[in-house]
Amino acid sequence: MLAMNYRGPYRIRAEQRPMPEILHPEDAIVRVTRTCICGSDLHLYHGMVPDTRVGMTFGHEFTGVVEEVGPMVQNLKVGDHVLVPFNIACGKCNFCKQGLYGNCHESNPMATAVGGIFGYSHTAGGFDGGQAEYVRVPYADVGPTVIPPEMDPDDAVLLTDVVPTGYQAAEMAGIKPGDTVVIFGAGPIGIMAARCAWFFGPSRVIIIDHVDYRLEFAQRYAKCEAYNFKSLGDPVVFLKKTTDWYGADVCIDCVGCEAEGNTLQTLSGRITLMQAGSAIALQWAINSVKKGGIVSVVGVYGPPFNLAPIGNILNKGITLRANQASVKRLLPKLIEHVQAGRLDPKGLITHRIPLEEVSDAYRMFSSKLDECIKTVLIPSAKA
Amino acid sequence: MKDIKDHTDIPGWGMDADPENEPTYPMKNYTGDDHNRINYERSEQQPPTVEILVSTERPAITRVFGTSAPPSGLSGMIRRYAFKHSEDRYRHWIPLILADRINTIEGLIDDVTKGHIPNVAKERGWRMELEHNAKGFLGKTLLCSLTATAVAVYLLNKKK
Ligand SMILES: [Zn+2]
Ligand SMILES: [Zn+2]
Repeated sequence: MLAMNYRGPYRIRAEQRPMPEILHPEDAIVRVTRTCICGSDLHLYHGMVPDTRVGMTFGHEFTGVVEEVGPMVQNLKVGDHVLVPFNIACGKCNFCKQGLYGNCHESNPMATAVGGIFGYSHTAGGFDGGQAEYVRVPYADVGPTVIPPEMDPDDAVLLTDVVPTGYQAAEMAGIKPGDTVVIFGAGPIGIMAARCAWFFGPSRVIIIDHVDYRLEFAQRYAKCEAYNFKSLGDPVVFLKKTTDWYGADVCIDCVGCEAEGNTLQTLSGRITLMQAGSAIALQWAINSVKKGGIVSVVGVYGPPFNLAPIGNILNKGITLRANQASVKRLLPKLIEHVQAGRLDPKGLITHRIPLEEVSDAYRMFSSKLDECIKTVLIPSAKA
Repeated sequence: MKDIKDHTDIPGWGMDADPENEPTYPMKNYTGDDHNRINYERSEQQPPTVEILVSTERPAITRVFGTSAPPSGLSGMIRRYAFKHSEDRYRHWIPLILADRINTIEGLIDDVTKGHIPNVAKERGWRMELEHNAKGFLGKTLLCSLTATAVAVYLLNKKK
């Protein structure tokens, strides 16, 4: 089968690889119908997440048709068209039982801080991902959800990560009616967080980024205020000023570790490898939020450590909330929002590219070429 | 002062608001089961068919795991060393990043020994840069090659 193959930083290719097999009685094999490239794949692509091994297949956002099920699988049958949440969750451990599906205790032997994720670094369990014609899906009774018959598969594939992560970013921020919400990062997650923030009734939603086409897209799609931080001077001062020198009620970090940032963070990140990129968005979020405010983080920060202003978290009495999205917990609500027409996930998709051209697709997204917001890769396997 | 616009016409505005739950919203579903900790019914164990490196912060392997790219070669040796130390340690993470860089070279050697010369320009997606960012991309490439030439000329002259 054709699959993406990671060869090192900025080097990937599509090539023939062995078919995945059932390795556990609760596994399923899924023939991929759509798969996306995510901003967090770029952290892998840039070689910034430790234990990203050569020969892996990335891809944690995909839909597909069930081809084969293990003997213990009960909820799925061959032929079902499913959307597969990016987190691999057992459904039985105490974390899963509490709805914390992103924190499952039985899907990742390589680390305790994070649960299993499809096609991520070995820090997330060493599972091959969905940027392939076929993929092995463990705990197939728990995550995979049959796509409602009337739902567009393009909407469904974004429900595997982008929509739930954006929604949970807003949910964790504890937005209350009348609040001013500031979102850092106008990538697909930031744009979705801005759109979902309105579900909680704020009076202002502001998005900050450095790429004009993404800001224009965000403004149009999420109906928010959009500012380019390059033209703001100091974004923290700007945000204080626009909130009567008070600070935003909540700030949401949808950037995570970036290669750019201030000199000190670049030095500690890229040169000495002491942290995965810089934590500049997190720093801005902490310093722009009001005293007693909430900072919500969904940006990916690879281990080990980041230069974040922890002193200001104490001095300002900030509540810091962060997590991987619990996709399965949120799906019923989000499917309802999509079906009722309150959310249009597929509106984020700007490019559709065959899986064969995966290296071009990554480059396009990574270098922000051709006004790319979200790319769907289409494998051509027929079964 | 800002005049605050009315946004209630945005589809779904305010419908999920639940001010009761501030600030630790959303609560996890409290099950009262935390005292049971690890005494839950587990799935069957996936049989380990490849070498799996396991975090020192948990006593056993999880019930399922990925089997992609098991440790091998020099990078594998470094990864095995890294996994002797907990996720709390630089001794875990820094060797892993080092191993990743070495792994890239191993991947190149592996390709070549299998008779496959990788098309690096294609793998790096340069076609896209040429198509959509020709000026910036060629400028950068030109600058790089000019610098390399200048350095080479300087070194050659120094040798004389
Ligand atoms: Zn994603
Ligand atoms: Zn679990």
